[in-house]
Amino acid sequence: MTAVAEAPVAGAIPSFQVTLRLRRFNPETDTEPRWEDHTVTMHGTDRVLDALHKIKWEIDGSLTFRRSCAHGICGSDAMRINGRNRLACKTLLKDLELHKPITVEPIKGLAVLKDLVVDMDPFFEAYKSVLPFLITSGNEPSRERRQSPEDRARYDDTTKCIMCAACTTSCPVYWSDGQYFGPQAIVGAHRFIFDSRDEGAEQRLEILNDRDGVWRCRTTFNCTDACPRGIEVTKAIQEVKRALLFRRV
Amino acid sequence: MTTTIPAPRTPRRLRGRTNTELYAWMFMRASGVLLVILIFTHLFVNLMTGDGINALDFGFVAGKWADPVWQVWDLMMLWLAMLHGTNGLRTIINDYAERDQVRLWLKVGLYTATTITIVLGTLVIFTFDPCPPDAAADLLPSFCPVP
Repeated sequence: MTAVAEAPVAGAIPSFQVTLRLRRFNPETDTEPRWEDHTVTMHGTDRVLDALHKIKWEIDGSLTFRRSCAHGICGSDAMRINGRNRLACKTLLKDLELHKPITVEPIKGLAVLKDLVVDMDPFFEAYKSVLPFLITSGNEPSRERRQSPEDRARYDDTTKCIMCAACTTSCPVYWSDGQYFGPQAIVGAHRFIFDSRDEGAEQRLEILNDRDGVWRCRTTFNCTDACPRGIEVTKAIQEVKRALLFRRV
Repeated sequence: MTTTIPAPRTPRRLRGRTNTELYAWMFMRASGVLLVILIFTHLFVNLMTGDGINALDFGFVAGKWADPVWQVWDLMMLWLAMLHGTNGLRTIINDYAERDQVRLWLKVGLYTATTITIVLGTLVIFTFDPCPPDAAADLLPSFCPVP
């Protein structure tokens, strides 16, 4: 018995050609952003970020984008891929329609600095303004601040935020009016408002009751669709609205 | 002896305590529900009951407005629909008009139109008289008493 079935070569991963249509902007030479196409050979296990790396490392070193951990935790590489806000490091090429070019643009609503890099300052300013830190009164306890699993579960969803700005920059109100806090800031506030150990809820609710606070939310659910962490952003915003209406947290 | 340490960062956009947007948001929900009831009852009574759509004429409306119930009903529809629509347009202006001057003038126009419509409509509902005494006889509907 010597017959051995011809098995496919182990580890062979199907490869394919993919065209990326990148929104490029170089502030030193361009007056307007422009589209640029690159066709590269990629594999079934590759993500959009890998394609961007390949272009940057092998074709055009001037391509500029942010990425740090490349594994969906740091929240650096949020971009608009085929018109949807996603993390380049969590979007597999094989899940996209490969028969036409994949468009990659910077996230909307923030000023483009270069290529896919935007100015994140207004985004972080909005986050800062909701006081995203523990506020307590009285003496520091000598042991840890204890919390029941039920109380912890109350705000579990909003602790997942990685501040990638995918939600905020998918919000039509944020696009047209830079004054709105944006979904992420409300998520950030939600995480502390519903924390039983925190005492700053009233203060944060008052901030979000502002003209540019939660009441500008039109519940279009763009933010919930965009969140790469699966946070129910719109639900969190509605919970803050409810807390404001009934002032019970 | 305790000292109060102010919050480390003063929020950048807090303009005094006001619940305007909260009340506006609540009003939209409440008036929306009320309007659904008011409008569909209005449509049902006008178009489905009795002779239905064939009964609609000047006399029909005159008859309805002789009844205080329908006066109040129509008044509520007018006010709620106008305020609901105006508040909706106000939020659209806030969302999409970016320059302060554009915003201001759009709102001035909006509020002017709303005020005129509400005042005029309210006036008509309460002062409506199908047979004004000093009108020419050939302009009056047939059910008016002949002078």
